[in-house]
Parts: sequence; C-alpha cells; structure tokens
Amino acid sequence: MSTTPLDNWAVDLGDVTLIYPFVGQEKLMVIVAVVLWIAWHIWQVKFENNTYKEDIEKHATSENLRKATSGEL
Amino acid sequence: MDTDIGALTVVFTEFYYWITVALMFLIHVGFCMYEVGASRQKNHLHTLLKNTMLIPLVTITWFFFGWWIYWAFAGGPGITGGIGHPDPSFAEASVPWSEGMGPRLDDRITGVFWAAFLLFAWTAASIVSGAVIERIRKFAFWMIAILIGSVTWSIDAAWGWSYGGWMVEILGYHDAYASGVIHAIAGGCALGVLVVLGPRLGKFAPDGTPRDIAPHNAWLVCIGLFMIYTGFWGFYVACNVPVATTDFIAGEMTGVTQTATTIYLTPTTLGAITMNFLMSLAGGLMIGYMVSKGDAFWTYSGGLAGVITASAGNDLYHPIQALIIGGIGTAIAYKMHFWVERRFKVDDAVGAVAVHGYAGFWGLVIAGFVLWGHPSSPYEGFATISPWGQFIGAIIMFWVLGFIPGWILAKILHGAGQLRIPREVELLGLDFGNMREAERARQEVLSTEQAAL
Repeated sequence: MSTTPLDNWAVDLGDVTLIYPFVGQEKLMVIVAVVLWIAWHIWQVKFENNTYKEDIEKHATSENLRKATSGEL
Repeated sequence: MDTDIGALTVVFTEFYYWITVALMFLIHVGFCMYEVGASRQKNHLHTLLKNTMLIPLVTITWFFFGWWIYWAFAGGPGITGGIGHPDPSFAEASVPWSEGMGPRLDDRITGVFWAAFLLFAWTAASIVSGAVIERIRKFAFWMIAILIGSVTWSIDAAWGWSYGGWMVEILGYHDAYASGVIHAIAGGCALGVLVVLGPRLGKFAPDGTPRDIAPHNAWLVCIGLFMIYTGFWGFYVACNVPVATTDFIAGEMTGVTQTATTIYLTPTTLGAITMNFLMSLAGGLMIGYMVSKGDAFWTYSGGLAGVITASAGNDLYHPIQALIIGGIGTAIAYKMHFWVERRFKVDDAVGAVAVHGYAGFWGLVIAGFVLWGHPSSPYEGFATISPWGQFIGAIIMFWVLGFIPGWILAKILHGAGQLRIPREVELLGLDFGNMREAERARQEVLSTEQAAL
C-alpha cells in the first residue's frame, strides 16, 4: 500500500514513470489550488483597502501631512 | 537514458537549465535592490513587497495556464495552425492536471524548462514593477504582473519565440535573446499602465516641466543593475538548447554533428553569445556614460539597454556589430525617455520603458537590416529575416501585446478605484503606518529598559 505508484524498488527502473502521490487526483488538486489562489486575492484586496483606510483615519492629520510634505518626517 | 551518451546528454541538459534558473534569481535580487534604491525612504517596504510577491503569483498562474498557452498558441491559433500547432501533444502535456506536469522518471527536462520560462515571466513582470513605484496599489500591480507574466508574454513567446511560431514562419521574426518577447512587451505594457496611472505627485511643475525625483540611494540602484547583468547570463544561456543533433532538429540540415541552438533550433554557440553579450554591454556602457554625461544611473542603465538592443541577433552578430548596435540602442533609449517624459508627461520612475521598451523595439528593427536574408528557421517554407518582418514583429510586441493589454487592464482597475493609492497615503508615504508602529514599539522597549535601571 502506497500513496505513490510504487510500494517497493524491486522494479526495472526503465519502466518507472510517475513517482508523485495520489496519481489520478490531478484535476482535484488543480481545483483546490485555483480556489486558494482566488481566495488569496480576495483577502488581499480587502486587506490592502482596509490598510489604506486605517492609515488615513489614524495618520492623515493636517499636521502629519504638513510634516510629510515639508520633509520633517 | 538507455545509452551512456544519451543519459549524459539528458542529465547535462537538465543541469544546464537548472543552473540558468539559479542564475536568473539574481535578476530579481537586482530588480528589488534597484527599485528600493530608486524609491523614497517612505515607500521602501511597499516597493520591496510589490516586486517580491509577483514571484509566487506569476509562478502559480504560470503553472495554471501560462505554460499551456506557450505550447498551445504557436499557430495563432488560426493563423498557421490550430491549438497546439505544430505538435498538439506538447499542449496536452502542459495543462496543469496533466501527468506530464508532475515528477516522473521518464522526463527530466520539462520541469527545468518550465522553470526557465517562468523566470523569464518574472523578469517581464518585474520590468513593469519599477516604472510604477510609489503610487500603484499592490493588488493592481499583481493583476498586471499576472497579465504580462502568465498571459501576454506567454502568447508572444508562442508566436515569436518558438520553433513553430506563426511570426517566425510568416514574418521570419528573429529575436534570439528576447529584445522583443521580454523587453519590448514589458516596456510597452509599462507605458500603457503609466498613461492611466499618472505621474507621482510633484513630478511635474505646474508648467509641465519634469522634476527629478532622485533615487534615495544611487549606490543601491547601480549595484542592483550590476546584479541584473549577472542574472542576465542565466537568461542568455537559458535561451539556448545546449545540445542538438540534426536528427533532433529534424529540419533541412544534414550531417552527423551536434550544436547548441537558439529557441528556433537554428545553430549558434555559447561562445558567440558570450562575446556578443559582453560587447553589447560595453557599447551600452560607453554610450550611456557619454549621453548622460557621466550619470551613474544612466550609465548602468545604458549597459543594460546595450545588451537588450543587440539581443535579437546576438546569436549571429559579429562582436563589433554587437558593440555598435548596443551603443545605438542606448542613445535612442536615453533620448526617447526624456522626450516622452517632457512631451507626454509620463513618469517612468526608473526608465524601464526606455531601457527595455525602446531599446528592445529598435533592437528588433536593427536586426531586420543587419540579418536581412538569414534563414529564421531550419524548416522548409519559413520566411527569412527581413526589416519588414522585424518591424511588424516590434509593433506586435510593444504595442499589440504590450501597450494595449496593459492600458486596458489599467483602465479597468482605475474604473474600479483599485489602480492608484489614495492621495493622503501617497503624501504620507506607503510605509507611514508601519514606520509609526515600529517607532511606537521602539519607544515602549526604551521606556521599559529605562524603568529597569
């Protein structure tokens, strides 16, 4: 019993092709990876927008903006 | 792998591409150094992460669809052949769920070849990254990085940088070391994005005169460019097939011999491209120093522009030709950068459109004249290299696959309010919040230490 196509090395090496686990589940793995990829972007864009919003609320005072544009910060 | 010489050839080829991948990582180290050096201190972390995170995002999308596009679109599709032309088995093996995409002992080359192409994709995206620093949102840039890294560069490589590409067959397009397929397209894409993105606040005076926003660390910028030169060795070598017999090429050539070839399977040598890389670098550095009157940034950028200009034909040029072509391209890129900046108010923060886009474009055109009539392919029926084929190819690279998709995506992102950072954040600096938090933490630690006295 093995997750890979091999459960021992008593083989003719010239006949061995695939060596990764769960052969036959490639489409499922791709679906999982694509979902993770898209979910990451959804999280990231929300995170980035919230960061800008918080930065403006916390730090964009007229005093900070004056200092930033006069080179004091 | 069933004979000693066969095994040695396979293992050598596998190791050869693996080395190129490791070397090409240095291009990214260089890009990060030079972008951070060119940005102002208040934007460092954002600039660094914006570039760094294109690595995972282009990598996974290259796995999902970029690699497949390369093998599927060589014929257009519909220009010289359908999906997968000329050998559909490659496209079938390149879909992400194919058994050909996983580790297998009967194929040692696909993985390293995939990776070498991926590193080109990172490079294309990274070129755009430098131009847009200090005002683009990360999300927006990463969408653009995926577009150029895993879609448009892959299409252009299928069309003009493969042995069966329709541009090679019909136009005789020749671009051995990617003047167009990496540099012109990336420069064009950057320009398309910049037109929508707009300049950094304060870049232009009210009367439109451009102001210099100097790099905060010129030394870091220049060493970054030096690092890119170093990584470029891997890039050049990866553009070759290291060992090919005439049987493997299966074209019109005959004879029992072996050769290195370009991606088009046309013969060249590592010696030729090594000499020409260095001579075009020399031409670019000398002219860059001259036209910029000793400016360090433009001297280093000139070296890069020199190599990029000559890259289309560096498999064939005489070294003196590579030297002169490198110098010409550098002068053009430098002059065009400042002309476009003044005329169209385009703020290209690191000169990426010039060094990659204009140098790449004119490098293709020059190759059309210098290599006029040379066979573009070992296969019967392919057009020979010509000025018109190269000029049309340059238009396709810079404008059709570079500028237009970049401009369209930037417009969409702009329309969704996701292209440019808020004005207040741009004024404060993208790292302002992080810097404040770091300072607050530092003060807390200092207070605690003082209390412990």
